Amino acid sequence: MSATTLAPRLHGIRHRRITVLLALLAAVVVAVVLSVTIGSKPVPLGDAWHALTAPTGTENDLVIRSLRLPRTVLGVLAGIALGVAGALMQGHTRNPLADPGLLGVTQGAAFAMVSSIILLGVSNLLVYIWFGLAGALVASVAVFALGMAGGRGGPTPVTLALAGTAVSALLAALTSAVVLLDEQAMDVFRFWQAGSISARGADVVWQVAPFILAGLVLAMVNAPGLNALSLGEDVARSLGQNIMWTRTIGVAAVTLLSGAAVAACGSLAFIGLIVPHLARPLSGPDHRWLLPYSGLIGAGLLLLADVIGRVVAPPGELEVGVVLALMGAPFFVALVRRRKPVRL
Amino acid sequence: MTTTLPLRTRGLSWRVRVRGVAVALIGLLLLALLMALNMRLGDIQMSLAEVVSGAFDVHSPAHFVIMELRLPRALTGALVGAALALSGAIIQSIARNPLASPEILGVTTGASVTVVAGVVASGSVTGGTSGLLTSLGIPALALVGGLIGAAVVYGLAWRRGLDGYRLVLVGIGVSAVFTNVKFWLLTIGDVTDTGRAMVWITGSLNSRGWEHVTPTALALAVLVPLALLGTRSLDALRFGDDTVTALGVRVNPARALMILSAVLLSAVATAAAGPIAFVALASPQIALRLTRSAHPPLLCSAIIGAVLTTAADLVARTAFSPIELPVGIVTAVLGAPYLIHLIWRSRK
Amino acid sequence: MRLQAAAVKLGYGDNVIVDGLDLGIEAGTVTTIIGPNGCGKSTLLRALGRLLKPQGGEVLLDGKRIDRIPTREVAKILGVLPQAPVAPEGLTVADLVGRGRHPHQTWYRQWSSDDEGAVAAALAMTGLADLAERPLDELSGGQRQRAWISMALAQGTDLLLLDEPTTFLDLAHQVEVLELVRHLHQEAGRTVVMVLHDLNLAARYADRLVAMRAGRVIASGTPHEVLTEELLREVFELDAKVIPDPVAGTPLVVPIGRPHHAHSAASASEIS
Repeated sequence: MSATTLAPRLHGIRHRRITVLLALLAAVVVAVVLSVTIGSKPVPLGDAWHALTAPTGTENDLVIRSLRLPRTVLGVLAGIALGVAGALMQGHTRNPLADPGLLGVTQGAAFAMVSSIILLGVSNLLVYIWFGLAGALVASVAVFALGMAGGRGGPTPVTLALAGTAVSALLAALTSAVVLLDEQAMDVFRFWQAGSISARGADVVWQVAPFILAGLVLAMVNAPGLNALSLGEDVARSLGQNIMWTRTIGVAAVTLLSGAAVAACGSLAFIGLIVPHLARPLSGPDHRWLLPYSGLIGAGLLLLADVIGRVVAPPGELEVGVVLALMGAPFFVALVRRRKPVRL
Repeated sequence: MTTTLPLRTRGLSWRVRVRGVAVALIGLLLLALLMALNMRLGDIQMSLAEVVSGAFDVHSPAHFVIMELRLPRALTGALVGAALALSGAIIQSIARNPLASPEILGVTTGASVTVVAGVVASGSVTGGTSGLLTSLGIPALALVGGLIGAAVVYGLAWRRGLDGYRLVLVGIGVSAVFTNVKFWLLTIGDVTDTGRAMVWITGSLNSRGWEHVTPTALALAVLVPLALLGTRSLDALRFGDDTVTALGVRVNPARALMILSAVLLSAVATAAAGPIAFVALASPQIALRLTRSAHPPLLCSAIIGAVLTTAADLVARTAFSPIELPVGIVTAVLGAPYLIHLIWRSRK
Repeated sequence: MRLQAAAVKLGYGDNVIVDGLDLGIEAGTVTTIIGPNGCGKSTLLRALGRLLKPQGGEVLLDGKRIDRIPTREVAKILGVLPQAPVAPEGLTVADLVGRGRHPHQTWYRQWSSDDEGAVAAALAMTGLADLAERPLDELSGGQRQRAWISMALAQGTDLLLLDEPTTFLDLAHQVEVLELVRHLHQEAGRTVVMVLHDLNLAARYADRLVAMRAGRVIASGTPHEVLTEELLREVFELDAKVIPDPVAGTPLVVPIGRPHHAHSAASASEIS
């Protein structure tokens, strides 16, 4: 078999992967259109376009620009962030139960937020999002340092996962204790725990977008190293990969991505848990493709769940986190049943 | 470090891990100490002599406090902790995953949904929860719900045999549905009913009496030997299915039996005290590190689960008296730092 | 001297396996390390490939301390294939072999025509081009082993360390793999260090043999110098006749049996 007949086949695999990527991208675009137009006040597509390109201050313009657009953009950002973070987390820990909150990010953010409310009397969303980000960062660094205890040359997957679970459990318990003491904190916490992308406004989008973008860059830088690591640490080392470095970049990316998403939208880690399992059968074990696929599926799923939540129980709305679990989970179970799950 | 002692008599032979035995004995000692403290401390402080006389002298004023309040409560805590930890150890072995816990079998989440549903529904029908429902109905509801939850997970995960990996993934999905149905039920219910339900779903040992001790103890008396008998096949099940078959273990019946005992253990425990967090996940991992074995040791896990829960209940009861903390919060506050310490100590 | 171990002390934690070992690998040779199970062969190979950091002494690559060279630079010169590596499920042969190009790639240059050429050449050399799109877990043990060797080949290093590359293979495939190694050595002038269990194949395909026992090098030299009846007794506690291989003329080991054979058979029957 000569080299010349092989090249087209390698290109064939590549083409298929690009086609899937474009299809997922198209699905996200559809979800964006749905999210902008559907709601308690439906807006025709033409009006929506009008509002985006040349707003004249009509009622529809106002709805689109001040409510639907920030909500949609935040949904896309958070969906991408949590999908990518979930895939990174499962790749680094080699554990299908790993979610973006495993490093203590979710519980760190929650604890910092409720503490800021109780101790400092913070009552502004924009301010306690900063606290949430800081809490996520501190928790994740602590978990990483603990995980380092497990091995030479970098944290081992098992200690990382376990350290994350232990720190998360501790922070969650402290949060519940704090929340029991203070009614205002309880109120914010309940709202936050359900997970939502509504009523956030453009300023929240601007606040978290830089962190998510930085996290995405780090994630893509991390992908080849993660590929090498998935062949085992010995092979990764012999391929010239610095394991400590790869793990550090990965943890930094997960912290930025899920820290920002969770601080802004609440506890939505479940989406990061299931999305990589949906993406893996499409992408195979190559993280350079798995990460973008997971991001796009995450964004599409989050927007879709949000849209369903808006229309399913009028006049009220169901939180996106609840919809995700109630509709996403059965879908996920059906998928897991139908085909052989792809192991990590 | 991994010394084993062979124990042989005519026709019988075991290998006993010295370190495992030491951990088990120290654990039991600690458990006895905590039980004694649990008897002494509370709204009425008692000396050990008062406790002893109170226990045996029917006419002593302390008799009621010891025999009807403190002892059954402490026993429930210890039994429930042991059952949860044992169940966690089995599941972690079968799933070959240190993050697995009875939650992914649908037991605790299934029990929570039915209990919340029962409380909310009975509240709206009868206008209040009757005493019978709280003392008898809730444990029964929890037991049924836990078993249904497990059956759903098991049924959905079964496809020409049971794959540990698929079981875990299906469990994640089913638990997520249950958890969110529970959230939704809590939002539609009456405030006082949901308050009562909230206490239950964080796990509580408050006012647990002999009616909780007896069924839990009976269930453990059957299930613990069953689980321990399965230890050998569990050891084998940790290898791949092919290796297991080669070792002469019939894979599916053995695994099904072990999963069944894990389900029953956690269902019984949840029925008695609600889903107490973290015990099932942390105890096997703590036991594994203390005994320095490669896999969660079942008996040591159970003892550590009992110690952790009893200690947590003592703190929950006495630390901020008269306010009582939910025991499920304290288990994490005590257990997580200790697990973190063990992970940190094991660094190379 | 391309690769050199100087007074290395190797082990895991307190468990020291090799202490004060010296070994030099000449450029353009095929060196095979032999020895009984647990003698430290694989540990030594891991240290030579900088997968294991020596607790004492040093490993030199082209005269420089290997731990002072950036690991990615080492990966362009030296490839290591560990014993029984595992791949994630669903990974195709082409993907696996492509990952051998890792040290040559950067985040802005992830798949050059060099990469593609090297992968195609490596697949062709191991006869796997037809299986390029098949997932690794659907292949036979022999095909899987060849896929891993292809990955190491695609790395394009002229030093190759292989830890038991013939495990899981039937005799025909063992010979095939070793023929491939000889081909790499003769055509491409690569330097190869292997750990092998089969002494006769080791003698046939190696320029130099290194015999180890209990963490020490007992003998090294050409197969004729090393594979003697005395050495087999000393290193493997094996009574054997060494005769010339009728095909290649290299030493051929014909075991007689272990010393005290009768005694151990008697104790075996006692147990049962």
